[in-house]
Amino acid sequence: MKIRIKFQKQGNLKFIGHLDVMRTFQKLNRRAGIDIRYSGGFSPHQQMSFATPLGLGLTSSGEYVDFDMNSVPDKKTFLQMLNDVNVEEMRLLDACLLPDDAKNAMSLLAAADYTLTFREGHKIEEGFYEAFEAFLSKDSIPAVKKTKTGFREVDLKQQIRRAERRPEGLFLQLDTGSVSNCKPEFVMETFYETWGKDYDPFMFMINRDELYGEEEGKLKKLIEYGSDF
Amino acid sequence: MRKNALSDEILMAVEKPARYLGNEYNAYHKDFDEYPVKAVFCFPDVYEIGTANLGMQIIYEQFNENPEAMCDRVYSPWFDLDKVLREKKIPLFAVETQRPVRDFDLLLITLSYEMCYTNVLQILDLSQIPLLSKDRTEEDPIIFGGGACAYNPEPIADFFDVFYIGESETQYDQVIEVIKKAKKQGLTRLQTLEALADIEGLYIPAFYEAFYKEDGTIGSFLPVNPHAKEKVKKQAADMRKDLPYPHRPLVPYERGMMDRASLEVMRGCIRGCRFCQAGMIYRPQRNRDLDFLKQAAKDMLEATGYEEINLGSLSSSDYSELKDLLDFLVPYCEERKINIGIPSLRIDAFSLDVMSRIQDIKKTSLTFAPEAGSQRLRDIINKGLTEEEILEGARQAFSGGWNKVKLYFMLGQPMETDDDVSAIPVLADKIARVYYETVPKEMRQGKCQIQASTSFFVPKPMTPFQWAAMQSSDEFIRKAKLVKEGILSQLNRKSLIYHYHDDHQTELEGLLARGDRRVGKTILRAYEKGCIYDAWNEHLKYELWLQAMEETGVTFDFYNYREREEDEIFPWDFIDIGVTKGFMLKEWRKAKQGLTTPNCREHCSGCGAACYPGGVCYENKD
Repeated sequence: MKIRIKFQKQGNLKFIGHLDVMRTFQKLNRRAGIDIRYSGGFSPHQQMSFATPLGLGLTSSGEYVDFDMNSVPDKKTFLQMLNDVNVEEMRLLDACLLPDDAKNAMSLLAAADYTLTFREGHKIEEGFYEAFEAFLSKDSIPAVKKTKTGFREVDLKQQIRRAERRPEGLFLQLDTGSVSNCKPEFVMETFYETWGKDYDPFMFMINRDELYGEEEGKLKKLIEYGSDF
Repeated sequence: MRKNALSDEILMAVEKPARYLGNEYNAYHKDFDEYPVKAVFCFPDVYEIGTANLGMQIIYEQFNENPEAMCDRVYSPWFDLDKVLREKKIPLFAVETQRPVRDFDLLLITLSYEMCYTNVLQILDLSQIPLLSKDRTEEDPIIFGGGACAYNPEPIADFFDVFYIGESETQYDQVIEVIKKAKKQGLTRLQTLEALADIEGLYIPAFYEAFYKEDGTIGSFLPVNPHAKEKVKKQAADMRKDLPYPHRPLVPYERGMMDRASLEVMRGCIRGCRFCQAGMIYRPQRNRDLDFLKQAAKDMLEATGYEEINLGSLSSSDYSELKDLLDFLVPYCEERKINIGIPSLRIDAFSLDVMSRIQDIKKTSLTFAPEAGSQRLRDIINKGLTEEEILEGARQAFSGGWNKVKLYFMLGQPMETDDDVSAIPVLADKIARVYYETVPKEMRQGKCQIQASTSFFVPKPMTPFQWAAMQSSDEFIRKAKLVKEGILSQLNRKSLIYHYHDDHQTELEGLLARGDRRVGKTILRAYEKGCIYDAWNEHLKYELWLQAMEETGVTFDFYNYREREEDEIFPWDFIDIGVTKGFMLKEWRKAKQGLTTPNCREHCSGCGAACYPGGVCYENKD
């Protein structure tokens, strides 16, 4: 049976890379004593699959991982078993029971929410929001993206789903996943280039707030693909 | 939330920032202000190596379990952060509290190998603490050294305020008590050190003075403070007691050297190999209690989620209750898909059976440490392992499905001849022959693989070979080539692999191991020239070390290449490890005659270690 878990990655955990997060979960699951399924073979490993890695330096309050379980207690007990032996920065926030034929989080992934706040010691530059609005109002935003094999031209306009000024900072909803993928750092880098100012990668603290799949043109939070248990 | 000592910009720019965060699961995080005694424990090498060290884990546990103390940690910053700290003048900080090291009362540095000495200076320097003990003020922490290298603390005596000689379990609670009182009563640094000198096992180098003869050897080594004892007695814990142990070890986020729980089943060794320092300084051999070990294993695995547990000791086959321990551990771990590692097992029918139960035969290789190629030399070094035992062990292993064997040898042992050296490839070949004789063609999975490695012998203090001359780098390389040629001329040369260790590192290790106080200037000079991480072969700056030696008048001729007279006073003679100098001298003479000494269980040779309670000396005598 498949369980989807929503967890956070806060504070100093932003310096821990994706591989180490996976290893941390393996140990967490052992400490908690949950009945996760193991693969067969000489070196059995836990059946776990993460929605998508989070960039180093970013925090998140909406990370997802799917577990393949042999058995589970009720949701409250399950979350407590894990959180009792967990670090606060990686606390599990929610979980749901997926239908047997559910696609995994990684293949569902369509979009992500981000909130960007100015880092301590970095002031909002004059005209920042106005310039950003102007940047978004263009018909297309061509940008050159570095890929594993070389360079690729993309239109950021197609990848930025929403952008809003909010009391806490700048909110961005971006394409995420295997079909179309856009990172908030890349949006800001491109924006500063267009604006004609130097981009300081440490200007913003970036938090990923939520991950979504897409059904009939509407976004659906990954946690909403299953039911309570 | 506590603030990081480093900005996000710096942390994102350095390799593996998790080294500097102190946010591991099971970290104590005791409040700095709440406890009267504030200690920071240091392993002077990179984080991944430091966190794997069991001694450090034990002391960390011991201090934090004490209601009067809190204990934080610090490791050597890697080159990238070292540069940033110097440029920005950021004081080195302890990882959990993120406070400067210099704010603590005690800095406890563990000395596991000689090649970490320049890293000790790096730690002090980056902490903005004066490098020399004599330059420190009331504001500075008291710098403690301990661990295996404290058995000859003299080359680094100038850098430390106190050395703790022996095992941590016995005296640190008393140290905490003294420091607490000293702070309350407002004692001066000198008064505090004098109070510490009254504790057995503690050595305050400033309270002693060495006088040298014209030939450069020591004439006398005497206390110059009324609190200093003439002899400092090594501390050995009574392992029958309930001692502090890391039942909830730290779980680093990054893959470290030891991504597993370590279970120390016993301390010391009954074997008495004459080159082995650990075998002498940790005498007497003492078993841990079986129930204690079962509980500790369960606690550690439950508290960490580790997928592997490692049984540690100098010679695990000599742990008296190994069979009972494994009868418990094997099913416990099998059920939970946990691997068991047992290095340092002697290869025999029992250990092969154990290994086939806990390990995947296809992946693992068997290890033998004959240390010398010929029986003659194995007798000289008192390595109680015969060729028949090796070949029989190999035969059983090959029948059991193994086809990889690792062999460890040392080159440059005392009395070694070229014949002994040439015996190494011959022995490797004999093992390969056993494979082809034992395993029928249709059962073979390709060739067997016999991997021989040689390291170069370094005479260590507190061993029967402390009198021996060490060989030169040229001689080492000549012998390594002899082995290499020998390997190539064997019948089964295609099944044999040969590696040898770096000679430059070994030469310096020889100097630092048996050095006296005058070598301290050399270490300081080498550090000033830019030497750190000497234990890392790729970072060792040998030329700079040679310059430092030249400039401070220190030579390999005097410290390495010279055989010592039987009555020479050694820099470390003021330390009493229980095992007497008389016993070691007897062993040195027996080595010259090619005579062996039985192990502690076969026959007591009266080495002197029986002055400590418990252990092998009193087996079957209770």
